[in-house]
Amino acid sequence: MGAYLIRRLLLMVVTLFGMSVLIFVMLRLVPGNITDIIFDSAGFVNPAAKKKIERQLGLDQPIVTQYVSWISGLARGDLGYAYVSEKPAIEEILPRIPVTAKLAVLALIFSVLFGVPLGVMSAVRQNTALDYVLRVVSLSGLSLPSFWLGLLILMAFVHWFGWIPIYKSNTGSFWHDLALLSIPAAAVGFRSSALVMRLTRSSMLEVMRQDYIRTARAKGASEPAVNYDHALRNAVLPVVTIIGIEAAFLIGGLIVTETVFNIPGVARFLVEAIRWRDYPIVQNLVMFIAIVVVVTNFIVDMLYVVLDPRIKYEE
Amino acid sequence: MAVIDHDVELRRAGANVRGLGGALVHFVRRYPLGAIGALIMILFITTAIFADQITRYDPTSTNPRVSLAPPGEQHMLGADFMGRDVFSRIVYGARISLAVAIGATALGCLVGVTIGLLSGFFGGWVDLIVQRLIDIMQALPLLVMALIMAASLGPSLTNTIIAIAIPLVPNVARVIRSNTLALREMPFVEAARAVGMSEARIAVQHVLPNTLAPLIVLGTAQFGSAILVESALAFLGLGVPEPHPSWGRMLSESAAEYVRTAPWLVIFPGIAISLVVFGTNLLGDAIRDILDPRQRI
Repeated sequence: MGAYLIRRLLLMVVTLFGMSVLIFVMLRLVPGNITDIIFDSAGFVNPAAKKKIERQLGLDQPIVTQYVSWISGLARGDLGYAYVSEKPAIEEILPRIPVTAKLAVLALIFSVLFGVPLGVMSAVRQNTALDYVLRVVSLSGLSLPSFWLGLLILMAFVHWFGWIPIYKSNTGSFWHDLALLSIPAAAVGFRSSALVMRLTRSSMLEVMRQDYIRTARAKGASEPAVNYDHALRNAVLPVVTIIGIEAAFLIGGLIVTETVFNIPGVARFLVEAIRWRDYPIVQNLVMFIAIVVVVTNFIVDMLYVVLDPRIKYEE
Repeated sequence: MAVIDHDVELRRAGANVRGLGGALVHFVRRYPLGAIGALIMILFITTAIFADQITRYDPTSTNPRVSLAPPGEQHMLGADFMGRDVFSRIVYGARISLAVAIGATALGCLVGVTIGLLSGFFGGWVDLIVQRLIDIMQALPLLVMALIMAASLGPSLTNTIIAIAIPLVPNVARVIRSNTLALREMPFVEAARAVGMSEARIAVQHVLPNTLAPLIVLGTAQFGSAILVESALAFLGLGVPEPHPSWGRMLSESAAEYVRTAPWLVIFPGIAISLVVFGTNLLGDAIRDILDPRQRI
């Protein structure tokens, strides 16, 4: 186990290093940086002024020098300065994280709360009308773009209540915050709950065919005891994986949802920074997302050992 | 134990199915949801091909007099702010969606299969490098990867296809690699080697065709997500540029504002996206049941 852990941690470092190179090169793949965008919109280009800004931002340096200065800064906890706001990047990124994190947690709770019980129900009543309805609903969850679902929710609010639930920071009330955030969270979480439901269903069906389930029935265990104590406990492992992966990948859905609901989180901020080619923000945010994904994957793999004692990592 | 009616079971399993017509009837009976999906896909593809014949208006021609006209006789699904016919834009938008989905899926699968086959069949340092690259690419959510790709390549139809195809590669490569690893140990590979076939020929002629089933299953799933990612990119303003009408972009042009004033501009393009992706998913489920009965998600 110890050797495995060290190997895993080393691989995580390799992955993150690779990601830093990839994102750095990709952003600089196409000629044109923030100075071009600024001067394009101004309509008049004074080459000297442009050069001066490029020099200030360090964009005239060779690409390797730029990379080294970014990474060595990162190692010291210095993320550099945002191009657009000229504030330290860390001051731009950090305050935006809690909102996105709250949204992600709520969406995840939503997906587990609906996905797991409905998946079990669908599996227990396989091929009944209920199963068909649930399957079609879950499939539609995978088909609706989450930004459109968000827009539909906004539309429903306008239609029935005459107002739009706009996020305000610092309403002061925890419950008010929760209510406002749970609407966009549901828009994102619908997709994940559909995924969780489908996986729970198939995993349950797989387990319910096993001999030990027949044994449990034969010894006279009640139907709920068979379904929950015997089947669900064994079926939950793949579900944990998908929940873990979804947790990290929710950021994709959050990008569009934060845009629709006008929420000042990191996901929407990333898109704005990409548009402006605000390198310090994009690079650091992408690294942040990659770290979240890699660490989540690691936690999920470790959870496996806890949930299923048969699994041992050795090499 | 219930009594088994052998005739019913045989019919269900598809025994005595004759000809193309028979196969079709069997498919519809056995997989009604899959058949609905296939129907939606046929409708989608026909719409894309015959866009010129279906529409009355040019999707790009503007007419300030009908700006934000609600659905009615002249404009079936209404008109947008610039007075462009929404129905025409949705019909022509099908072309863009179809082009991006086919292009991205094909490119993603082509590159993914090549990489997966190479690393699975030949192993060694190629495999090591490929696995690390896959790790790196999978450390970012699909949409984030596509966003950065799209932004760094610049807006065009081809670049949108590439931006969506590249994030699809690691998934395909991983599945093909694991299939190849299993196939490599099969007796027929050994037999081919025994008769003196070259390694490259074994990989292409014997291993590759056997990865087709999982590839088709995966490809259908990728097709749906390609459409979703394209619409999200367009919604964020980083997709296929004007004048191409794209469903996602129809929703981006101050959609939050139109939720109050012109709901038809929000409802119809969204229905188009959802319906097509729903169709792909229904069809994909049926295909997976047929090709890979063990794995039912």
